[in-house]
Amino acid sequence: MATELSPAPSGLRQRLWAFYDSDLIWSFRHSPMAILSAALLAIVAFTSLFAAWLMPQNPFDITQLYLDKANLPPIWIEGGQMPYLLGTDLQGRDILSAIVYGSRISLIIGVASVALSMTIGVLVGLMAGYVGGALDNFLMRIGDAVMSIPTLLVAILISAIFRGMLPVDYRDAAAPLILVVALSLTSWVVYARMIRAATMVEAGKEYVLAARIIKVPRRRIILHHILPNVLTAALVTATLNLGLAVLAEATLSFLGVGMPSAQPSLGTLIRIGNQFFFSGTWWIVLFPALQLTLIILAVNLLGDWLRDALNPKLK
Amino acid sequence: MLLLIIKRMANAIFVILAVSLLAFTIFKFLGDPVQLMLNPQATQQERDLLTERLGLNDPVPVQFAKFVFNAARGEFGMSYRNQMPVMEVIAERFPATFELVLVSSIMALVIGLPLGVFAAIRGGTVMARVFHLISMIGVSVPAFVIGIMLILVFSIELKWLPAFGRGKVVDLGFWTTGFLTPSGRAALVMPSISLALFQISFIMRLVTAEMLEVLRTDFIRFAKARGLKARAIYFRHGLRNCMMPVVTMTGMLIGDLIAFTLVTEIVFQWPGMGFLFVQSVQYVDIPVMAAYLMIVCCIFITINLIVDLIYVVVDPRVDQLVRGGGNGH
Repeated sequence: MATELSPAPSGLRQRLWAFYDSDLIWSFRHSPMAILSAALLAIVAFTSLFAAWLMPQNPFDITQLYLDKANLPPIWIEGGQMPYLLGTDLQGRDILSAIVYGSRISLIIGVASVALSMTIGVLVGLMAGYVGGALDNFLMRIGDAVMSIPTLLVAILISAIFRGMLPVDYRDAAAPLILVVALSLTSWVVYARMIRAATMVEAGKEYVLAARIIKVPRRRIILHHILPNVLTAALVTATLNLGLAVLAEATLSFLGVGMPSAQPSLGTLIRIGNQFFFSGTWWIVLFPALQLTLIILAVNLLGDWLRDALNPKLK
Repeated sequence: MLLLIIKRMANAIFVILAVSLLAFTIFKFLGDPVQLMLNPQATQQERDLLTERLGLNDPVPVQFAKFVFNAARGEFGMSYRNQMPVMEVIAERFPATFELVLVSSIMALVIGLPLGVFAAIRGGTVMARVFHLISMIGVSVPAFVIGIMLILVFSIELKWLPAFGRGKVVDLGFWTTGFLTPSGRAALVMPSISLALFQISFIMRLVTAEMLEVLRTDFIRFAKARGLKARAIYFRHGLRNCMMPVVTMTGMLIGDLIAFTLVTEIVFQWPGMGFLFVQSVQYVDIPVMAAYLMIVCCIFITINLIVDLIYVVVDPRVDQLVRGGGNGH
């Protein structure tokens, strides 16, 4: 590691060494799958962050698309041209650029929806667990209702309702927001149940009793005393759920109720490619599908590793 | 036992009401039925008349009550798109979806269970690791990606199987089946595999995890000490004791399968309910959307209810747990 060799003050150096030597990192260094997945995700994150400088074309900018360069095959097949490494689609859009820009949209929506659903779930769980009684019952029954309907179906309906309420002109612009809300409203329950249980345990502990005795306001007890002690579990679940969120976004976009074709996510690209696939231009659909699968697989493998690494039972 | 059934029933009714509220919201907020049903030249008087006739002047709670009452009798009105009663349209599509889900769930159990047991028995070996990785891939690959890959390989490249549709179906009057013709059976292969793959991997992972827990217990050691055959130990003693979570999950999985037919049916242009639903979302055909939502949720809830009850019958501890909770302990 470069940071190890740099002449840093010994305090920082020791802290870095302690971090490097910790159980979590030890387990990371000894799991080739985790390293591979992390590397893959780092590459995806890096390329999509700097897409504008790395990619030959901005696929959203119509002035950069040339129709005479349409339907080119990948570079290693006869007829392929530089700089279109993975070929182009019907409108002359470079597949590689489209994938990288599409991954960016997919990842942003995935991360945002996980963050929002975790926030909703943690707040609901804290309230239900600390306040208890009728409020607890009410919130948890809503959670049961959400859980007892297939997630995909609810997400489609929520996004359909929001789209129906908006004027046509705003629908495409609001699509990412609608997706984030639809995905969050269907996936907060896992966090809420977990945080509720953890909060109930914490609420009985002495530090909470002590805070109550000196009349710390209830909101402060919940947010400053209990929340920090229950948050770790929610963060692990969030990692595990990121894969699901990316998958759900792609599925909605594939079904045509997600991102519009003007701002394609990976799911939209697959839907577009799927329409042309009998004309022999398989690369339009295959590469986005591979990229999507790799991202989800990497996130899942990383989440799997993290759960095992933090599980005290397996040590 | 009775207490549990009542509790579960109350829960199910609550969920169904919540779902009908959602379905009702779609009716209220997606498009104006008066605008959709009349031609643009209609006079204000005609509009008012239709509004009155459709009961849209009633207070919202009354409208909701009417909606629930009609839905309970299976009346969801006419499809906006093809001017047929919604229930007829859905009944026509139901057999296609049912056959697909049936084949997929059998496939998931028949393949997933033995693989899960195998991976648990061979725990720690290279084979088991490979299996674990394969199952990880199985839960990570999106259903539509699998479908597209299968079509690419087996329909476009090799030309072995049809890429879309149900093939020739036999009409039994109340039911159309694809099981009886060779083309119908061939058409079922790829959709059911792409639908089942996630469930196969999921069941496999679940069974492996449960089996590893069970195999650690004393009675397995005793069974081994008694010199029982390996097959008896693993299947009769081991697998039997981890069937509980599998039963629960299978119930949920069938529900998920029904929901995921949305994706599979789009990929393979399978003429089922999911295809109908996605089309109705795209064409804003609200009565069909609402009816599909209600029907699928009722199926889902019924399955969950049955699973809960099986659970109690098989494992008496659950009943005691609920009773303990019910008395406030």
